[in-house]
Amino acid sequence: MPLRSDIKKVLVIGSGPIIIGQAAEFDYAGAQACRALKQEGLEVVLINSNPATIMTDKAMADKIYIEPLTLDVVKRVIEIEKPDSVLSTLGGQTGLTLSMQLAEEGFLESHNVKLLGAVPETIHKAEDRQAFKDTMEKIGEPCIPSKVVETIDDAVDFAKIIGYPVIVRPAFTLGGTGGGIANNEDELRDISKNGLRLSPITQVLIEKCISGWKEIEFEVIRDRKGNVITVCSMENFDPVGIHTGDSIVIAPAVTLSDREYQMLRTAAINIISELKVEGGCNCQFALHPTSFEYAVIEVNPRVSRSSALASKATGYPIAKVATKIAIGYTLDEIINQVTGKTYACFEPALDYVVIKFPKWAFDKFVYAKRTLGTQMKATGEVMAIGTSFEQAMMKAVRSIELGLDSMNLKKLEKKSTAEIMQMLHTVDDERAFQVYEALKRGVSIDEIHKLTMIDKWFLNKLMNLVNLEKWLADGELTVEKYNTAKQYGYLDSTIERMSGQKCPIHRDAVFKMVDTCAGEFKAETPYFYSTFDEENEAEQFIERKNTGKKKVIVFGSGPIRIGQGIEFDYCSVHCVWTLKELGYEAIICNNNPETVSTDFDTGDRLYFDPLTKEDVSSIIATEKPYGVVVQFGGQTAIKLTRHLADMGVNILGTSADMIDAAEDRERFDEVLEKCGIPRPAGHTVMTTEEAVKAAESLGYPVLLRPSYVLGGQNMIIAHSEADVVEYMGIITSHMIENPVLIDKYMMGTEVEVDAICDGKDFLIPGIMEHIERAGVHSGDSISVYPAQNLSKKIRDTIIEYTGRLAKELHVIGLVNIQYVVYNNQVYVIEVNPRSSRTVPYISKVTGIPMVDIATKIMFGATLKELGYESGLYPEGDYVAVKVPVFSFEKLQDVDTMLGPEMKSTGECLGIAHTFEDALLKGLVGAGYDLKKEGGVFISVRDTDKSEIVAIADKFSRMGFELYGTSGTASYLNKNMIATNLVRKISEPEPNTITLLESGKIHYVISTSAKGRLPARDSVKLRRKSVERSICSLTAIDTARALANVLATNRTIDDVELVDITKI
Amino acid sequence: MLDNERNGTMSLFNQSEKAYLLLANGQIFEGRSFGAKGTVIGEVVFTTSLTGYEETLTDPSYYGQIVTQTFPLIGNYGVNEADKESDKSYVSGYIVREWCNAPSNFRMEGDINSFLEKENIIGLHNIDTRRLTRTIREAGVMNGVITTENVYEKKDEFLEKIKAYEIKNAVKSVTANKNFTYSEENPKYRVVLMDFGYKRNIRNELVKRGCEVIVVPAYTTADEIKALSPDGIMLSNGPGNPAENVEIIGNLKEIVKLGIPIFGICLGHQLMALAHGGRTEKLKYGHRGANQPVIDLESGKTYVTSQNHGYAVVGESIDESIASVSHINANDKTCEGIKYKNSNAFTVQFHPEAHGGPLDTAYLFDEFISRMNKEEK
Repeated sequence: MPLRSDIKKVLVIGSGPIIIGQAAEFDYAGAQACRALKQEGLEVVLINSNPATIMTDKAMADKIYIEPLTLDVVKRVIEIEKPDSVLSTLGGQTGLTLSMQLAEEGFLESHNVKLLGAVPETIHKAEDRQAFKDTMEKIGEPCIPSKVVETIDDAVDFAKIIGYPVIVRPAFTLGGTGGGIANNEDELRDISKNGLRLSPITQVLIEKCISGWKEIEFEVIRDRKGNVITVCSMENFDPVGIHTGDSIVIAPAVTLSDREYQMLRTAAINIISELKVEGGCNCQFALHPTSFEYAVIEVNPRVSRSSALASKATGYPIAKVATKIAIGYTLDEIINQVTGKTYACFEPALDYVVIKFPKWAFDKFVYAKRTLGTQMKATGEVMAIGTSFEQAMMKAVRSIELGLDSMNLKKLEKKSTAEIMQMLHTVDDERAFQVYEALKRGVSIDEIHKLTMIDKWFLNKLMNLVNLEKWLADGELTVEKYNTAKQYGYLDSTIERMSGQKCPIHRDAVFKMVDTCAGEFKAETPYFYSTFDEENEAEQFIERKNTGKKKVIVFGSGPIRIGQGIEFDYCSVHCVWTLKELGYEAIICNNNPETVSTDFDTGDRLYFDPLTKEDVSSIIATEKPYGVVVQFGGQTAIKLTRHLADMGVNILGTSADMIDAAEDRERFDEVLEKCGIPRPAGHTVMTTEEAVKAAESLGYPVLLRPSYVLGGQNMIIAHSEADVVEYMGIITSHMIENPVLIDKYMMGTEVEVDAICDGKDFLIPGIMEHIERAGVHSGDSISVYPAQNLSKKIRDTIIEYTGRLAKELHVIGLVNIQYVVYNNQVYVIEVNPRSSRTVPYISKVTGIPMVDIATKIMFGATLKELGYESGLYPEGDYVAVKVPVFSFEKLQDVDTMLGPEMKSTGECLGIAHTFEDALLKGLVGAGYDLKKEGGVFISVRDTDKSEIVAIADKFSRMGFELYGTSGTASYLNKNMIATNLVRKISEPEPNTITLLESGKIHYVISTSAKGRLPARDSVKLRRKSVERSICSLTAIDTARALANVLATNRTIDDVELVDITKI
Repeated sequence: MLDNERNGTMSLFNQSEKAYLLLANGQIFEGRSFGAKGTVIGEVVFTTSLTGYEETLTDPSYYGQIVTQTFPLIGNYGVNEADKESDKSYVSGYIVREWCNAPSNFRMEGDINSFLEKENIIGLHNIDTRRLTRTIREAGVMNGVITTENVYEKKDEFLEKIKAYEIKNAVKSVTANKNFTYSEENPKYRVVLMDFGYKRNIRNELVKRGCEVIVVPAYTTADEIKALSPDGIMLSNGPGNPAENVEIIGNLKEIVKLGIPIFGICLGHQLMALAHGGRTEKLKYGHRGANQPVIDLESGKTYVTSQNHGYAVVGESIDESIASVSHINANDKTCEGIKYKNSNAFTVQFHPEAHGGPLDTAYLFDEFISRMNKEEK
């Protein structure tokens, strides 16, 4: 059954902004889908609100709408483009839910559009709790005792029957948002109340808690002929109870005998066959650790984070195959690209093990509740491939960028054994390290197993690492010891530190191929991982291929985290495409399984390995590249520059020395002085005393941050000495060894520029102005292109400064510069001699392929040759607004107030002919429910009070009812704006909380001089708003902009949709 | 504390004796010994199964072979009596990258090292098994020696033995010496299981479906079978070169004439083809693993199957007037199943009984049962 003849034009729905639970994996899946469709000669229409993605690139689809993913907007796109089909299963939960709504309303039928992938009956059976239970019962697959309820009382009644603890799972929410484990009635009432509210259909499932069982997943794929295979099994290190997105996962499952394995595999096949999924499907099981009893936990009839992991773990491209199945092909017709000989209708065999390790944002959110449960909290993940569990684990902890090179977490070493044991009673992000510390202290495996229910197999493997480390520290470091440690995944530097001796020899890693078939067939996949073994297949591969082309390595950006997201993958992938176009062999090194860059056919070769000095040295030794590119992989790649330069590797683009000049505070000050460019006054300090002294000399408020920052990590504005002391305390406890920078804080307009420079000329595709004034991290600000409020003089100054800096730093390629305009003066805040988060956004809205140009320039092209004038590129017809998106509902106790520390996980785009319309789109895309009536609650700090008057007035004139706490309310009333007084949270009820719970309030405007600490009233107010899904504005500027948008009285329906391929 | 120290001996850097693999092409792999010590010759093959190592070790079809596991972590869940596919291990030698000294599973009765010691199987670990696999894939299966002796000193001597080695009398070495009967209460059918080296789960799948199974020696004749008046005849899997079983092939020609439904698996499938004038050939490196795709030509569906065979029936050698190829391997298109027209017989090359491997084709046993039902009518 080849391609269906009735399919010519397909609409692909993407997954929208990156949020916790729905990340880059859907860009990977979507990009694969688009490519697979285009390969078949089909016309592809794409809608996704996320501009940072590769799938929204011109090369990926014929028509691209970066528009809000709302039902109405998707309908409009269908009306404009008239596709004959919609692909439902590649855009995560967002894409699936939208597709189902379109189908259920009869919209698809009435517009003659076919639904490809999963049909509504399938989606319903898999996602509706009761329907799912009934379906499982029908085919004899056991489920956990559970009941769907729609009220809190029903939840409590059912829990009485099955007994506590129970798990609450809201229907149709992402990453289990709003769910949790309740140990008693009080907790159950709390959790189910929240869960019911968050569920779009007001349903939660109350289920017997089976924590302690093994959690096993299967990725299954089926075609319409009924052929079905399992691509990969996965086992969670943590037993059931921890969201799989927050678990360390190993593939394939390792503690299951063939009997158990086949039992669950067969169950997975029975389920997908009964659901009649055509494409990929994820089945999660709980397996009793001491019997054959099991239960189906969950089924996702679409590609998912797990399927991305399974694809990278096995080399089997699930999204691509699922797409081909959706348009009519069957598994036996689709060639396995990896071998080129075998077919997609087979099950991959692995001859290595894979470990996925989650990346959490707790290093940034110091006050966030770190406890893990059924609600996912990780922002990203890394994958490591090894020939042993130990080796893969060591690679994973190196890749996760916590500054670790082993399982030893320094801060745990100071704890008593009793404290460590206490920690093991609850699960948080450091669980694996706590277990390791306990093993090191001699706590028995049995005892740890009893406490954690982590399978003894894993504990014994960790014990092997403990023993190896003891062995290293004991006696002479022999070659035998060295070799063993290498096989176990230790770096030379770690071996030397642990043994206190120089390594007797040095071995470079060899590379093995990921070939889907454990070597059974000859494969040509250019996909490698390092190990310490006899044969180097990468070397053989390079010799055999011998293309004669020059080789260039592009270093990727590692795990997705706040501050370093999918944008950098976009840049890395574009660089690779251009390198190929220029006739180079492009080689990618990265460790993030969610991304397009780690798709084995993106580059000419892929090395899936940690991005540390020694790891990349081995790759260099095997590849012997002509040069390397570091400027597209964020700080992760930039950090390697000095080491690579020392090795004598040719750094393409801006030199290592100049990168250092931009990052080193003193050198950078010299550069600025030479260029005659002012910056806010500042100092470098190491201790609390120095910091306090420096702050006094600068005058409060001051900005504090560690040098070599990423995404404003641990950056604050201090208004008093107490703030400085608190901050320095946190920084020193995190053992950050770099100095702390302390600057005068200027609350002006923030302006951002990405420029391309060839050493002589420079091109600024566009100047971006932030709606929020300096003080809100640039990644959390609403960014507007072109700048709306800058005078010509200021603009010219910015262009002039950019040129001077680019030339002085000898920038070859991209540079990102942040300015603050304060009292009509332009100051430089920061210069990043690399690509930035705004590059994909600005590339798409200006139509200038920035990475492509930058890459060509690295190889000697000039801007003139490429047809660009020096200076600012003429502005286009559209205004484009980038609106940040947050995942606050996933992260308990995190203060939502915007500040110098970045908090957003993703972004979306609004594009229109006017600023207001663009912002309207951006806000809708970001999930703001722009209600035109109801209550506005206002509570702002004293410094904001004068400015809030005009904003409050605007809301009031639009007919909103205003509420405020004493200070704000009396200030507004004094200014003749009628405001209801509400008691503070700390005061008796009815108070602010009662009001928020009442449902009367649709907007909260809350700013406070202090924040962060969860116990503060202002933080509680903002958290409550998040929990109640009330639109919460924490910067005066955002509030003003939103009020202006509301005042235009336009809705998204009034705004034209834009196909960005036409820009 | 004690517990952890006991586990402190690791498979990778324990002080176990050195051991070697010497291949017929002269290549030497240096690793560590596990299981029994000494020297053993065998045909070196690899299997890509991820689970089911105990089933592999006790599958009589591996008689005379040194089995390499491509999955690097073997022994994770230990061994237990219930997972054995026969009473003992028939492999000549066993090669893994890493064996697990601290297995974990609720049914575990011991670790794989002790198992091999008890079965007197010589094992080798900590070699680059992927390199070995690729060598076999490129050069084809070849004989080799695993030894804990000094391989460099004895290389020439070993190579001579390797050259002379051939798996002979394989079926004779593994078959039952008398009849055994297995059944649950009130069986509905009587099946004669011809033991060419059968896996226990073939028997179990039949018993489960209400069969009284009489396991008979490989050399049982048509008359002897007739005397047992079975409803069906099951031809089992087994080791070695199918063509060397001249006597059995001769018997089969007569057995077919009994008109009783026949179901053949693996060697049973090959012997039936030979009895009908077909031909078998040796594959370059065989099919061994739990992920082999097989296309059922009748339905057009593809099934994932468990396989373990070095020889295959040449599809074109089957006389189309007598039989037709019913299944082929989706990868290399070799014959995976035959349906006979002149008798009520069907045979498959793969292992519907699984253990280890996928259970997706267990329905073939149901088909066998339904054939016996039709006979009753």
